[in-house]
Amino acid sequence: MNAVEVAGLTLALGGRAVLSDVSFAIAEREFVGVLGPNGAGKTTLMRALLGLARPAAGSVRVLGAPVAFGNPRVGYMPQTRGGLDGMRLRGWDFVAGAVAGHRWGPPILGRADRRDVERGLGLVDATSLAARPLRALSGGERQRLLLAQALLGQPRLLLLDEPLISLDPRHQHSVVALTRDLQRQLGIAVLFSAHELNPLLGALDRVLYLGGGRAALGTVDEVITGPVLSRLYGSAIDVARVDGRIFVMSGRHPVEHDHHRHA
Amino acid sequence: MLEYDFMRTAFAAAGIVAVLSGLVGYFLVLRGQTFAGHALAHVGFTGATGAVLIGAAPLWGMVLVTMAGGVGMGLLGERAQNRDVAIGMVLSMALGLGLLFLHFFTAYATQATALLFGNVLGVTTRTIVALLGLALASLAALAIIARPLLFATLQPEVAEAKGVRSRLVSVLFLAVVGLTTAECSQIVGVLLVFTLMVGPAAAAQLLTARLGAGLALSAGIALAQGLLGLTLAYYTDWPTSFWIAALSGVTYAAASLWSTGARLGRRRSQRDPARVERGEQRPTRLRR
Repeated sequence: MNAVEVAGLTLALGGRAVLSDVSFAIAEREFVGVLGPNGAGKTTLMRALLGLARPAAGSVRVLGAPVAFGNPRVGYMPQTRGGLDGMRLRGWDFVAGAVAGHRWGPPILGRADRRDVERGLGLVDATSLAARPLRALSGGERQRLLLAQALLGQPRLLLLDEPLISLDPRHQHSVVALTRDLQRQLGIAVLFSAHELNPLLGALDRVLYLGGGRAALGTVDEVITGPVLSRLYGSAIDVARVDGRIFVMSGRHPVEHDHHRHA
Repeated sequence: MLEYDFMRTAFAAAGIVAVLSGLVGYFLVLRGQTFAGHALAHVGFTGATGAVLIGAAPLWGMVLVTMAGGVGMGLLGERAQNRDVAIGMVLSMALGLGLLFLHFFTAYATQATALLFGNVLGVTTRTIVALLGLALASLAALAIIARPLLFATLQPEVAEAKGVRSRLVSVLFLAVVGLTTAECSQIVGVLLVFTLMVGPAAAAQLLTARLGAGLALSAGIALAQGLLGLTLAYYTDWPTSFWIAALSGVTYAAASLWSTGARLGRRRSQRDPARVERGEQRPTRLRR
């Protein structure tokens, strides 16, 4: 069984085709980095895997079944917003709010639900953070709570949308290392989208690079090459390797740095 | 003072409405929708005066209009709810229209004052029954939507992905808010619904970061404000709404001071230089 199977997928956003006729498969215990310029469809692809964006064409299978809206086996961590800056609620209630949050009724957790929250917090080493109000936490600490939330209900597939955004390099490294450890320990599949490849190097099994409506899936050495990226970007791309780091260059400029500003 | 019927009725009315306002207000503050509560109360003024004009009880006119207003606001969606100017214009128009209705009704300045600033001492036994029934209905509705409401408030994107019907939950919640503002207006008037719906909830959120404790504290503070306000009004002969407003302001100010003091104290004692060095903790400074 594959974690994700996409065949002939076309996704449109506001009338514009973001991905067209894309096919790939991601295995069950794979850590895949989803890369590509802004607007390449990273978030839209994740929304399609969640059943939130309907494909214009093609099929999407998740964990061996056609994509289902609200699948409890899929954990999701959206891009962080500034909306939590003023939140005075403590981390525990923030994570617990996601437990069976789609069910009607008062927000009272049973013993099994509470254990699930403790487990999620324990996995990301956020048990002590859970006692503090969200507004008192740093960006990296909030990321850990969001990750704990995504791990509720023991998912088999994690979709992490730009977890590294607005984190400094040190925190980027710790988020990647934590995700990698969890992915191995739990034996789950992870799709991890990012603007930059370098923080993910060494952690990834494969890279899914999106661009120009197309997608390329393979190891870093297979995908991050001049010819493959030139095809995705639709312009001449060079790949430079310096000291174990990889720079994707368009002419004389690194393309990734053009996309740091996120909308 | 409890030997008087009107005081017993007033205490019952204030108690019912305060508990409801504290609980609903907690979610209202958490969602950052306090302005919506304010706006719905103003719209309710039109409903109340309209009802008076056609000879109906103002409470029911208000209930009808605030609930319809809440549903309408919910249907317009988040983007529209954040349009302060549009909401401000609608509520100004509503107040103006309410004034016109009063003008046609003529000569009832006391009626206007009661609607704007509340008249808890004028609550009848029949009104108590209505208030209790509406409060129980509101609390039942809140209990049913509370879990998805909380989820959609804290993590809207994840809630959407997990199948929460956010729009429906938002509409239902604003209908409950509408009902609550109508109830609240009976006690403190349309202009002062903040004192029971927002003040206690905001103070509770300053005092505790726990959800359950916050809800209980919010209801408790609102209840204390209502009952103490009535008691003070009885002994001073000043308006009840004044006392409730004053208690609300003082409670919020005290909670702010306590919260700031507690945070500074904690920061001083807990700041670990090694963690600051690693970037896990920010260096000492006041945050917004």
